[in-house]
Amino acid sequence: MTAYIVRRLFATLPVMAVVALFVFFLLRFAPGDPAAIIAGEDATVESIAAVRAKLGLDRPMVEQFFVWTTQLAQGDMGVSIFSNLPVTRLISQRLEPTAALTLSTLFVAVALAVPIGVVAAWKARKWVDRLVMGFAVLGFAMPVFVLAYILIYFFAVQWQLLPVQGYQPIKDGFWPFFESLILPSVALGITYMALIARITRASMLEVLAQDYIRTANSKGLATDRVLLLHALKNAAVPIVTVIGIGIALLISGVVITETVFNIPGLGRLTVDAVLKRDYPVVQGLILVFAGAKVLVNLIIDISYAFLDPRIRY
Amino acid sequence: MINRVFAGALALALPFAAVQAPAHAQEKVLKAVMHADVRVIDPVWTTQTIANIHGALVYDTLFGNDADQKPKPQMVDKYEVSPDKLTYTFTLRDGLKFHDGSPVTTKDVIASLKRWGAKDGVGQRLMGFVTKMEPVDDKTFTMVLKAPYGMVLESLGKSSSSIPAIMREKDALTDPQQQVKEAVGSGPYIFAKDQWVPGSKAVYLKNKDYKPRTEAPSSFAGAKIPGVDRIELVWISDPQTAMSALINGEIDFYEAPPNDFLPLLEKARGVKLLKTGKIDSTQGFIRLNHLQPPFDNVKARQAMYYLINQEDFLRAIVGNPKYYKVCPALLTCGGPYENAGGREWMKEYNPKKALQLLKEAGYKGEPITVLSASDHATITPATQVLIQAMREAGINVDAQSMDWGSVVTRRAKKDPPAQGGWNIFVTTSGGVGSANPVLHTWIGAACDKGLFGWPCDAKIEELRNAFGMAQTEEERKKIATELQTRAMEQVVYIPFGQWDTPLAYRADKIDGIVPNTGLAVLWGITKK
Repeated sequence: MTAYIVRRLFATLPVMAVVALFVFFLLRFAPGDPAAIIAGEDATVESIAAVRAKLGLDRPMVEQFFVWTTQLAQGDMGVSIFSNLPVTRLISQRLEPTAALTLSTLFVAVALAVPIGVVAAWKARKWVDRLVMGFAVLGFAMPVFVLAYILIYFFAVQWQLLPVQGYQPIKDGFWPFFESLILPSVALGITYMALIARITRASMLEVLAQDYIRTANSKGLATDRVLLLHALKNAAVPIVTVIGIGIALLISGVVITETVFNIPGLGRLTVDAVLKRDYPVVQGLILVFAGAKVLVNLIIDISYAFLDPRIRY
Repeated sequence: MINRVFAGALALALPFAAVQAPAHAQEKVLKAVMHADVRVIDPVWTTQTIANIHGALVYDTLFGNDADQKPKPQMVDKYEVSPDKLTYTFTLRDGLKFHDGSPVTTKDVIASLKRWGAKDGVGQRLMGFVTKMEPVDDKTFTMVLKAPYGMVLESLGKSSSSIPAIMREKDALTDPQQQVKEAVGSGPYIFAKDQWVPGSKAVYLKNKDYKPRTEAPSSFAGAKIPGVDRIELVWISDPQTAMSALINGEIDFYEAPPNDFLPLLEKARGVKLLKTGKIDSTQGFIRLNHLQPPFDNVKARQAMYYLINQEDFLRAIVGNPKYYKVCPALLTCGGPYENAGGREWMKEYNPKKALQLLKEAGYKGEPITVLSASDHATITPATQVLIQAMREAGINVDAQSMDWGSVVTRRAKKDPPAQGGWNIFVTTSGGVGSANPVLHTWIGAACDKGLFGWPCDAKIEELRNAFGMAQTEEERKKIATELQTRAMEQVVYIPFGQWDTPLAYRADKIDGIVPNTGLAVLWGITKK
């Protein structure tokens, strides 16, 4: 297993190199010029050219790539063209909100989705199943921003129970922190819940049709033991895969949710940086996302071995 | 089992619950949502308005233009002008200190003015007249001109981008094409760089050492009293969320609510709308590329006037006539130099005539490239109205849809449209800047040295210079009329109307908004 993990970690290096190459040149080939955006509305062409020269953006692309990769090899992601702040600082400022939203969303999604998925499979083709699946389809089909505005309207504006927007860091107190995550987690969690519930149901239905489940039922085992200990564990591999994909998606940013609830996460940082053509920030973020996805995939693969003893590396 | 799980969760949560509330919990905090987020901390490096709002909090200026656009001393205690109007002697007020505790000296001032004068359009014009600036001592310096220039004090007190911010000498010696690394000024608020999260929040702390002037505040002039302990410029990119946050009382001040939301905000309890100055408005206009056919021909440019029905544009952008006015002029309607010069060009909406005149000017149906911004609250609908009018006339429109970031990049290209250039783009300008022929850079026609579109007309530049050198108000008004007449005839741009953007605020929570024209100022605001 250790050899497998080491091998997988080494395999990330070429992946990251390809990502770095692609993101660098794609950004440069895309239309847009950060110097023009910085210079502002009333700038002349000469002024824009002077800013571009000072930022080194007029140098050949290959030279710029060499400078960036040399910095990167030394652990330096560069500085934002606009704010002059290190990219690492900009990313680290956004990690806590992103991590908090990811965990709270997963908590909402998994805590609700797995039980209702199991119940739906257990009561397959009964009204409970139809209700759960109808809910899942609705949750999956409803755009997050629609649900977000509905939640804001009722829970924040009308009833004034929760804040409309913003993220409170945990250092400012647990309750404000918790309060600021409730609505975004619910809005986002419902989509993921729908997805996980459907996968849980499908996977459970397959397992519940197996002979050993029939045997367990014949032995007179309690239904909850059959469902949770015998069936769910064996149905877990696809469920964990979907949860893992969800984690990777959440880490790399849920732009709409972050925008509607004004959460300063990595998703908004990415979109803002792309719109402003802040090249070093976009490049740094894409590398971080790529690294996170590779790591999450590795963790999922390792978890298979624990969930299913037949899987060996 | 369930109890054990619950107890475990509670045990995990308790340490977090014990975390202390933030140190600033007891402070008076103003939470304001502005039209953009603070990403650049150098108001001279960029002409972005938000960087100048930041700059106005952190830095002070020698003069400040009041609500009537008259320059009043700000950092300056007294000044003298020699009888030949060639030498200005300025003496700084006592007790001016930078946020690091160092005194403001004339060395700082001269270095700052030189940097601003090398970068800002109005500053460049002023520095064109300045032969030297020299310190007399730490508090007094002279500015010597080669010819009398009537806009010296107005230029030093301007509130439109870029303001002549006074920095420490060591910061002001930074190349004007590079951003300063630290925002240390002598203004009423101190920038808390360690709390800055670009794209989310910029924090300013009260400068307890700041000594405001004694005169009543008026726009950029008078007393700058830091009324709260802390200002947080919170960036909420979604206007719907920003509006809900204001209604819910989570923010106190919303600088530029979209016009669509004004009816809702008018009805919201505790919320008030405020128009901050009589010429504090936005002018929308269409810029044609004077370098490329067909608009290198003045007849073709003039033909475009027949496609403009300002009401169509203003209804699409604003909707409610309460907040807009038809203004077929280049100098702000309601401003001191509003005049009737050249307005006859915009009397008739007639697409057929537009096409006929275009053909007479040599247009043979070639595609006209319009840079169509897809993500701008006002420019996007205005561009759509223009494109529709052009198509109605039978013009071959090549509408290139792109985000605003791409428009500002592409409009800087002088190449033919087929090679990445353009023919038309739509933009806006602040009503305060547009009220004054010298401060209004878009009315200029300085050829290659001018703004995108590059109008080229010696007579226009001559009139702008003459305006700057005029010694009486009467003379200025006469020149302004001549200038507008000539600029409309040459079609430096085509205006499509003027509208107000009132700010919204929680009247039950804050007080003391300084009536302003040009740049939202947050000093003077107090919490109830």
